[in-house]
Amino acid sequence: MIQARIAKRFPPQPDSAAFSLDIELQARAGVTALFGASGAGKTLTLECIAGFTRPDAGRILLDEQILFDADSHVNLRPQQRNCGYVFQNYALFPHMTLRQNLLFAAERRPRLERHRRVNEMIERFHLADASGRRPHEVSGGQKQRCSIARALIGSPRLLLLDEPARGLDAPLRAELYALLRQIRTEFQVPILLVTHDLDECFELAEDMLIIRDGRVVQSGPPRKILEQPASVEVARLLGIANLFEAEITALDPGRNTSRLRFQDQELTGTYYPGHLLGDRVWLCVRAEELRAVKHNGARPEPNQIAAKLLRVAEKPQSVRLEFSGDIAVELPRQEFERQKDNKDWLVEFPSGSLRVL
Amino acid sequence: MAVNWFPLWLSLRVAALATLVSLALGLWIAYVLANRKFRGKELLDAVVTLPLVLPPTVLGYYLLVALGRTSPLGHLYEYLFGAPLVFTWQAAVVASTFHAIPLLVKSARAAFETVDRSYEKAARNLGASDWRVFWRVTLPLSRRAVIAASVLAFARALGDFGATLMIAGDIPGRTQTASIAIYDAVESGNTLVARVLVLVLSAVAIAIVYAANRLQQRQVIG
Repeated sequence: MIQARIAKRFPPQPDSAAFSLDIELQARAGVTALFGASGAGKTLTLECIAGFTRPDAGRILLDEQILFDADSHVNLRPQQRNCGYVFQNYALFPHMTLRQNLLFAAERRPRLERHRRVNEMIERFHLADASGRRPHEVSGGQKQRCSIARALIGSPRLLLLDEPARGLDAPLRAELYALLRQIRTEFQVPILLVTHDLDECFELAEDMLIIRDGRVVQSGPPRKILEQPASVEVARLLGIANLFEAEITALDPGRNTSRLRFQDQELTGTYYPGHLLGDRVWLCVRAEELRAVKHNGARPEPNQIAAKLLRVAEKPQSVRLEFSGDIAVELPRQEFERQKDNKDWLVEFPSGSLRVL
Repeated sequence: MAVNWFPLWLSLRVAALATLVSLALGLWIAYVLANRKFRGKELLDAVVTLPLVLPPTVLGYYLLVALGRTSPLGHLYEYLFGAPLVFTWQAAVVASTFHAIPLLVKSARAAFETVDRSYEKAARNLGASDWRVFWRVTLPLSRRAVIAASVLAFARALGDFGATLMIAGDIPGRTQTASIAIYDAVESGNTLVARVLVLVLSAVAIAIVYAANRLQQRQVIG
């Protein structure tokens, strides 16, 4: 288990604004994603844990060992930390063959065991054909597997992955995910995965930390976070398209309903505990939770809003409709095919989908 | 009149030794400059660069003061080896080393700094000591630039005149290097000797610069 409390301050520079990192995290065996925009401090967090960057304050604990403690001036060197690190560009030594790369990582082991271990990893990561070649002579997938094998060869107690899927095409990405899932079960160590890809978090992570401007703004299982973002900023980071300012006009705990006014329309949602009548809130709805139906001129039903279709954006599995009032709806392709001749539209807000922040 | 080849051999030997000494010292200084943060780092860089911009006679004068028979270092050398350093061929090595080292330090520092830091980080992360990171990762990845720089350092060591003359003197058959021999030959009207040495040195210089350029070009491609 890794437990870290890391603070680091960077004063403003002529070419960059001031930045401060202040992060607390805890991860058990399994994948924990550090999710956030670039520049949020995700990689810096990994660098502090690996020992490449010294925090100003805090404490980093791996299992029972103190890697860093500002108060007692403990700061282990990267060499002593035994954290596997997979770099963004893999950082395989270009002047060595893949086998030599693995041997370099195994050099602290006794000579006989070293070769056995390297052979074992070559076998396990399907690198036999490429082991005699240098990184620039092998495929992207082989590089990727070799860098992960190299990080794991010393049996680290923690695996740090810095955007391993960045710049990969879809098949390689799928291959990487399969490999990481396999590693998660075989090596029972905490894996910290830095990413700015939400799909990746859902694909791999049991837990995720959302990092913004050097702070953890929300943490928990990905599904839970998507269901209930803690703030507008988190909702924006998660790519939730529909965020509107709204006002609570009625609250009825008895019937478990509330009424919201937004864009001069009234919507009915579930009861929102902790809010007061007249509160100005953010209404947050995911595009795929909304429905769009034909407006046949009749009076709209409750929670339906007449809107003008402005733009249609095609996606592989779905279609995204952008309506007036900044409303975005994502429909399955087939459903859109049935309705694409609609002239006028109604957007339907199911009451269970209306979340307030 | 036969040409005396001794000055040429002496020059080559002195330059080769000076290059080796500059490599040993220069790579270390370059590594420190490229990797460590400390007060006075740029001052150290400036001091190391000084021989590149100082007139060689000024450098020679400093060396004479620092290593002469009355100086502490000169005493130490005499105590250790039983004879003074100045006006020996070893002194010529010292002069050439100082003449050649700035080039080596400058190029090696630049080469070390262009090595992608993630390779060094990866090596340290995999448990390699700083020493091993340097020998197994940093140096191999900048080897072409370092070899090219040593070739140029060799050429500069070969061409030193002023500093060598100041502390090694002009003793024919003992400390008279090729460039000094050329000066001597012209002074005493031995144009043939001067011409032969000039041509040979020019040929060596062209070969060296050509080789260094080839090495640096390949560095860019591969």
